[in-house]
Amino acid sequence: MEKIQFSSWVCPLPLRSYPTVVMGHGSGGKMMQDLIEHMFKPLFQSSVLDQMGDSAVVAIPTNGAGSTRLAFSTDSFVVNPLIFPGGNIGTLAVHGTVNDLAMSGAQPKFLSVGFILEEGLPMDTLGEIASSLAEACRDAGVEVVTGDTKVVNKGHGDGLYINTAGVGVIPSGVDISPQYAQPGDVILLSGTVGDHGMAIMSVRQGLSFETHILSDSAALHSLVACMLAVSPGIHCLRDATRGGLTAALNELALASQVGFEIEEQLVPVNPAVHSACEMLGLDPFYVANEGKLVAVLPAEVADEVLSAMRDHPLGRDAVQIGRVVADHPGVVLTKTSIGAMRVLDLPAGELLPRIC
Amino acid sequence: MKYLDEYRDGKLTRRLLKEIAETVTQPWKLMEVCGGQTHSIIKSGLDQLLPPGLELVHGPGCPVCVTPLELIDKAIALASNPNVIFTSFGDMLRVPGSSQDLFSVKAAGGDVRIVYSPLDSLKVALQNPDKTVVFFGIGFETTAPANAMAVVQAKKQHIENFAMLVSHVTVPPAIVALMESPDVQVNGFLAAGHVCTVMGYWEYEPLAEKYNVPIVVTGFEPVDLARGILMCAKQLEQGRAQVENAYARSVQSAGNLPAQKIINQAFEACDRPWRGIGVIPQSGYRLRPDYAQYDAELQFPELQQISPEESELCISGQVLQGIIKPNGCPAFGKQCTPLTPLGATMVSSEGACAAYFRYGRHEQVSQHLAVQALD
Repeated sequence: MEKIQFSSWVCPLPLRSYPTVVMGHGSGGKMMQDLIEHMFKPLFQSSVLDQMGDSAVVAIPTNGAGSTRLAFSTDSFVVNPLIFPGGNIGTLAVHGTVNDLAMSGAQPKFLSVGFILEEGLPMDTLGEIASSLAEACRDAGVEVVTGDTKVVNKGHGDGLYINTAGVGVIPSGVDISPQYAQPGDVILLSGTVGDHGMAIMSVRQGLSFETHILSDSAALHSLVACMLAVSPGIHCLRDATRGGLTAALNELALASQVGFEIEEQLVPVNPAVHSACEMLGLDPFYVANEGKLVAVLPAEVADEVLSAMRDHPLGRDAVQIGRVVADHPGVVLTKTSIGAMRVLDLPAGELLPRIC
Repeated sequence: MKYLDEYRDGKLTRRLLKEIAETVTQPWKLMEVCGGQTHSIIKSGLDQLLPPGLELVHGPGCPVCVTPLELIDKAIALASNPNVIFTSFGDMLRVPGSSQDLFSVKAAGGDVRIVYSPLDSLKVALQNPDKTVVFFGIGFETTAPANAMAVVQAKKQHIENFAMLVSHVTVPPAIVALMESPDVQVNGFLAAGHVCTVMGYWEYEPLAEKYNVPIVVTGFEPVDLARGILMCAKQLEQGRAQVENAYARSVQSAGNLPAQKIINQAFEACDRPWRGIGVIPQSGYRLRPDYAQYDAELQFPELQQISPEESELCISGQVLQGIIKPNGCPAFGKQCTPLTPLGATMVSSEGACAAYFRYGRHEQVSQHLAVQALD
């Protein structure tokens, strides 16, 4: 059969004609990708940035021969509400950055924390969030070594924003990059999808519905360490945050210029998340996670890695969901429940609940 | 999920598909009326598994898609008014108006809020007595009862800072318009299960008889859809044209009477323009004179000056009538994408163009998918 050039589907997208920033530019979907591709990347011109890993990997020459490889990442947290079932903005600020480092295979070491506080934020709330943040750091074995505090006028912030940046050390022999997926590799997923996003939506103002969904917010570096202990040859890791599983798979397929094929029925979804998504007309594959990863690795080591994941509390529900192919580079296909195939495309912008 | 997973069962769907293949002896064109059904069909790939000759064409049942541009522009004008809090179902926010969308209005400082129920808008009105809270009341017979309830409650509770921008549409007049159109050739209809849950299906019986066309009330999951298609195909093969119910777990002939009562209390039928199609007689609801005080178009008379400009490239009217498929449009996937939509059908979660784009039904890829599906 003639090979299909998937890359020529559409004309190169112009920067959307929005004269101002809209919420969709931060959704983790195509609009955000577009903004980064067309505005930021050309301005910052960095070969490290161009790799578009969850964290940057930089080599620092050591005194003797060779070098130490560091993972470096930053993330800002603007979640509303500040406290949600299963966590708060403080725990999230630690887990988010720790996970970005872990996706390079790094052992996270140091964090910076920047607080942007809105005038009028109750001290009790700040205390609760700061102590959760401290506890999450202790649990993850990372140290906050520098920080910053700013206060903005009432009405100029959402109570509290946090930025964290982190540094981790990549063990020798580990070389993970979004560009390393190869035909023949298998795709593993560490557990259920959609929990974090639906936990947030369940308590968001004006949208409350009765449910017991907890955010899956968790630091994944110890899970990654267990996986690397079994096989250091893992090709790609991605935590499936904004844009959900779909964004993680698409970003890896695109970066490696290979095709991904998964089976949608193999992807575990918590029944309460499934119900909430049905009610709102959302697809759990597109809903954010804060404690789930996608791994791409050679088929030979898949069983061992999968069993190591299942032995870890954060990987109990780990499954193989698909494989990497040479066809349709940059495109993710999924087998539907009735056995047909369809494209699993990046979301455009914000997730919008349906009308009826 | 109980009562849902059963209707997504792959084996049962394939068994029904086999029966469909054994039933069909000649080409038939079936139209699924509702955009929710279109998305389910394209998402599951059901259409790829039908026998050759049995074609599904996609109907006008996407409320966002058929809301006239004029109403979108009015919504944008209202949302830009600093004395207004504009509330809407989320799906409407990305629909392009003549020059911008509601997201842009929000970015420019307009108070635009997504709600899940019009009753939530009433709460916003109570919390913000110094602002007028406008709700964008769109949809088919499915959303009409809750929207009617909102104005009835507003009057009961003497909430005066509330208004509704109404653009309701109804299904049966659209079926009449499609059957009367010389361009539309549809042999059978899959009627929308949730619309019939509210309205029943007695309204469809005279239509099936007059136009000699089978109409099967159909649900939204692959098993439901396959069963609806099978029942419709059997009627066609046997030369029958009746109304049948393939969604009996939700739909009764008379429908939901209390829901119909509240609709009739607040709304009356009116002529309504459908975006891309034109005015269909008696195909909409407007507020009854008793509730005129809540009509946003009367509360804000300056809206009458709005004159919309439709994109010349968008031919979504033909898509909404099943005359062409989305990937048959020259602008599809080129000038028109979900990020650069020319029409509402590319935006809405129920729009046929959005379904084709999202699930990768570009012309070349379709063939690739079809080949894989057979493997």
